[in-house]
Amino acid sequence: MTKTRTVSRNRILGVPLPAGRSGVDLVISALRIIIVALIIIGAGNTLLEGRFTFEQWLALLFAGLAQGSIYALIALGYTLVYGILRMINFAHGDVFMAGAFTTVFLANSFRHSGFLDSQPLLAILILMGFAALVSMTVAVLLERIAYRPLRNAPRLVPLITAIGASFFIQYTFRGLFGSGFKAYPTVAFLRGTFSVGSINVPIAQLFVFLSAIVLMLCLYWLVERTRIGKAMRSVSEDKEVATLMGVNIDLIIVFTFAIGGALAGAAGVINGLFRPQGVNFFMGFFPGIKAFTAAVLGGIGNIPGAMLGGMFLGVIEAIGPNLVLNGLGIPSANQLKDVIAFTMLVLVLIFRPQGILGERLSAEKA
Amino acid sequence: MLVRTMLLTVLLVLFAVAVQADGHCDDAIGCVVLAPDDPVTIGVMSALSGPVAFLGEDSVGGVEIALNRRDRTALGREIELITEDSLCSAEGGQTAAQKIASDELILGVVGTSCSGAAASALPVISAAGMLMISPSNTSPALTNADMDAGGLWQPGYYRTAHNDEFQGAMAAEYALNELGASSAATIHDGDPYTDGLQAVMARTFGEMGGEVVFQGAVNKGDTDMTAILTEIATNPPDVLYFPIFEPEGNFVAAQSHNIPGLEDTILMGADGLLVASFPEATGDAAIGMYLSGPYLSSEDYSAFLEEWDAEFGGAPPSGFHAHAHDAANILLDAIESVAMEQEDGSVVIGRQALRDAVSATTEHAGLTGILTCNETGDCATGEALGMYLITEAEVNEGNWPPEVIWSKAEAMMDDM
Repeated sequence: MTKTRTVSRNRILGVPLPAGRSGVDLVISALRIIIVALIIIGAGNTLLEGRFTFEQWLALLFAGLAQGSIYALIALGYTLVYGILRMINFAHGDVFMAGAFTTVFLANSFRHSGFLDSQPLLAILILMGFAALVSMTVAVLLERIAYRPLRNAPRLVPLITAIGASFFIQYTFRGLFGSGFKAYPTVAFLRGTFSVGSINVPIAQLFVFLSAIVLMLCLYWLVERTRIGKAMRSVSEDKEVATLMGVNIDLIIVFTFAIGGALAGAAGVINGLFRPQGVNFFMGFFPGIKAFTAAVLGGIGNIPGAMLGGMFLGVIEAIGPNLVLNGLGIPSANQLKDVIAFTMLVLVLIFRPQGILGERLSAEKA
Repeated sequence: MLVRTMLLTVLLVLFAVAVQADGHCDDAIGCVVLAPDDPVTIGVMSALSGPVAFLGEDSVGGVEIALNRRDRTALGREIELITEDSLCSAEGGQTAAQKIASDELILGVVGTSCSGAAASALPVISAAGMLMISPSNTSPALTNADMDAGGLWQPGYYRTAHNDEFQGAMAAEYALNELGASSAATIHDGDPYTDGLQAVMARTFGEMGGEVVFQGAVNKGDTDMTAILTEIATNPPDVLYFPIFEPEGNFVAAQSHNIPGLEDTILMGADGLLVASFPEATGDAAIGMYLSGPYLSSEDYSAFLEEWDAEFGGAPPSGFHAHAHDAANILLDAIESVAMEQEDGSVVIGRQALRDAVSATTEHAGLTGILTCNETGDCATGEALGMYLITEAEVNEGNWPPEVIWSKAEAMMDDM
């Protein structure tokens, strides 16, 4: 006889009442209540105190959305690869770095030649294309050299290899370009602010957000409306059956890595336009971890989920410390930004273990 | 039988001679004996990998240039440099120190990069009878011999980096007396170095009658500083002091200009941002920012930068290369002063004598000013600190280093 979970009518906030539940359920329920209560108390205190103006909250929101767009673009690379191979490509953050770091030199030469100021949009497009190409090359090589020989190995093996590959890419680029910091030039037309009434949004943030949306729409169209997209979905569904239907699996996997890499490379340039400083060989590490979190948050393997997860994480990171931690009277709230981000991850996962948009995976997929 | 006796006698004589030779070493903690063709070996322990690899690269470059300037010879022998990666962590310091300590020919070490690595490397280096001169440890605990008060000092520890106590206090003094600020906010990045500096600055600022309105922190790796800057803007300070590093410092400086309420706030940083790439990377937002740092004597330092460009290309990636250069020179000067040439062409160097020689360093004219070591190894006296102002020339024309607009030494002269 199989044990079935009955939906209890006695729920508060989706939290089942403890009667008849196991100890684990009880702890999880308590955790849900505590976290939700802390968030409500913290946010309530901050808002009642009125330390921040409405404009300041909006400024934080837009900064969060822009940062979230970057996370989302990188997260797509994690989610695409997971969707097809069921592996976490932990070197993906460094694929992002590869494009961003290499392109910084081209960007600065564009500035010195005056091309960036005379034809800013064209220059940005060329830069994005170049970065996408570099990252795509790195991602495809990574798949060919590090992952393909291990495709049928136990799942832990490619994971460890990914971490090794991550170091390899980092120190290769350190060898190529040194360990110092570089910066992208600032583009004149991105400097101002866009105003509607009393609301001011920096154009750079708007630009980042819109470019990310355009790229995501392109990806969505590619996956849902084209032949190769259909092939990708079929490989994701069941590799063997896809082979029987005449889908070239190797090609599809290479294509998936290439798309993920190109998005990460483009994200590298978009990131550089809005946060010009701090380009060095280690710059992919933290965005990589955050984007992975975003992908899990949204439901790993799910494309709209990665987009939503990225945006959500960016906004929570920007608003969370001031909204929740300040209200709870915690000093140095901003240093705990990551705590907020990962607490949100825990919170979402204890309410929806499959992520915001994720479906429950079949045993074979999980 | 006779042959045997003779052989034995010869062996005994040889042994006696050997003991005799060894007997030249009357040093309390042992000697290094260099055979005629042994090189003079010194070590470097630096962060050579990981996110702060630029710190190590910077120091190693400084040592290399110091060696080049001596034609890479000391005592008429080639200088051999053993480089170990001490990361920026306790484990890294421990491992690097063990490797260094196992090589008996190593006379002394330039390192470590980070105070955290030094805390675990020092006991090993000290027990091995060696000495270490750090170009970039600034934690006050390392030169504090009072163990009950958290002191970590052990014999054999020296540094050419200036203790946080000097630099943080100088920033507070400058902000209050020269800039006329009455309120200040500080940001650190969780690193004991930056936390220590901001704590000293805030304490001194408060003691001298200023008001510290905010003390907060960001994380290493953060790129979005809007949240913390918005919080600071709810009660805008006259001075925002963030003694952190690249790239977080660049982000704070660049983004502070977009935050309503912080338009009139004066930005101040410390030597972590006194790097050629900082003004260029930060752009116009860096103009008018004050940075404290070692008072690098301009002529010799300019020559140093040219040598750097010729040797490695570009500019040094961080702000401690001059300290590393001076540390290597102090070590090599001390080695040369205590080495005892033997008749057979070997050289004996007493380890305690070497430590004493470094401790006795007085008025060493280095790139980072005039260095005199005190009894717990602080060789930089806070007088050789200056306040730099970033102007248009550094941001747009690639001028480096910026002009020193105020120095502790001069201010003390004026007071007299």
